[in-house]
Amino acid sequence: MTVTQFVIASAVLFSIGVYGVLVRRSAVMVLMSVELILNSVNINLVAFGALHDNIAGEVFALFVITVAAAEVGVGLALVLLIFRNRKNINIHEVDLMKG
Amino acid sequence: MVAQNIAFGVMVGIMGLSAIRVVTTRNVVHAALYLMVVLATVAGLFLLLGAEFLGITQVLIYIGAVIVLFLFGIMLTGARIGKEKLLSHRNKVPALMIATVITAVSIYAAIDYFGADKLPEETRTSTKEVANSLFSQYIIPFEVASVLLLAALIGAIVIARREPHEENLTK
Repeated sequence: MTVTQFVIASAVLFSIGVYGVLVRRSAVMVLMSVELILNSVNINLVAFGALHDNIAGEVFALFVITVAAAEVGVGLALVLLIFRNRKNINIHEVDLMKG
Repeated sequence: MVAQNIAFGVMVGIMGLSAIRVVTTRNVVHAALYLMVVLATVAGLFLLLGAEFLGITQVLIYIGAVIVLFLFGIMLTGARIGKEKLLSHRNKVPALMIATVITAVSIYAAIDYFGADKLPEETRTSTKEVANSLFSQYIIPFEVASVLLLAALIGAIVIARREPHEENLTK
C-alpha cells in the first residue's frame, strides 16, 4: 500500500462532500456533506500518521471525530430552530443577514 | 500486500459510489443510510491502516450516534419521506466544475509529492499507545474536548428547547 492511494481516496471523498455542500438545499443534507469532508480529513490524518509512524495523526483524528459529533448536535439544533420559525429548512431562504 | 490492496480497492469503490449517492439521491432517508455505508468503509480504511481504536470509535460514534441524530433531524424537520424534487438546486454545473478541479489538483499534488512512497509494512498502533499519548502529551486538548462536548450539549438543549412563553404565543 502506498500513501498516495489513501490521499487520492480522501481527495475524491472531499470533492464529493464539497459538491454536496454547494448543491444541496436542505440544511440537513448540507450537514451530511460536511460529515463526508471531515471523514476525508480523518483518512488523510491517519494515513500520514502511519507513514511517519507517529501517533499524533490518530489522536488528531480522534479530536476531529469529537468535534464533528458536537458540530452535528449543535447544527441539528439550529436547523430545528430554523424549521420551527420558518417552516422549512431551505438554506437559500435563510438570508436575513444578507447585506 | 496484495490482499490489502484488494481490500482497499473494494472499500474505496463502495465508498465512492455511496458518497455520490449521498449527494445525489432525492430521498433524504436514503442519503442518511448511504452516509452510514460511507462511514463504515472509512472505518474499514482505518482498520486497514492499523488504527484499531479509531476504527472502533468511528463505528461507535458515527454509525451508532451521528446517523441516529441525522435520522432524528430528518424526522423532526418534517421532510417528506420519499422523492423530493427540490433537494438540490440548479447550480450543479459550477459545483461539479469546482469539485472536479479540487480532485484534479489534489491528485496531481499527491502523486507529485508522494509518488510511490510505500507505507511501512507494520502500521498497527495499539489502543495502549493511543491512550498513553492521549493522557500524557495531549491531556490538555483532551480536557478541552470534554468541555467542548459539555458546551455543545448545553447549547443544543438551550437552542432546541421550546420556551414556555413561546408555546403560549403559538396558542
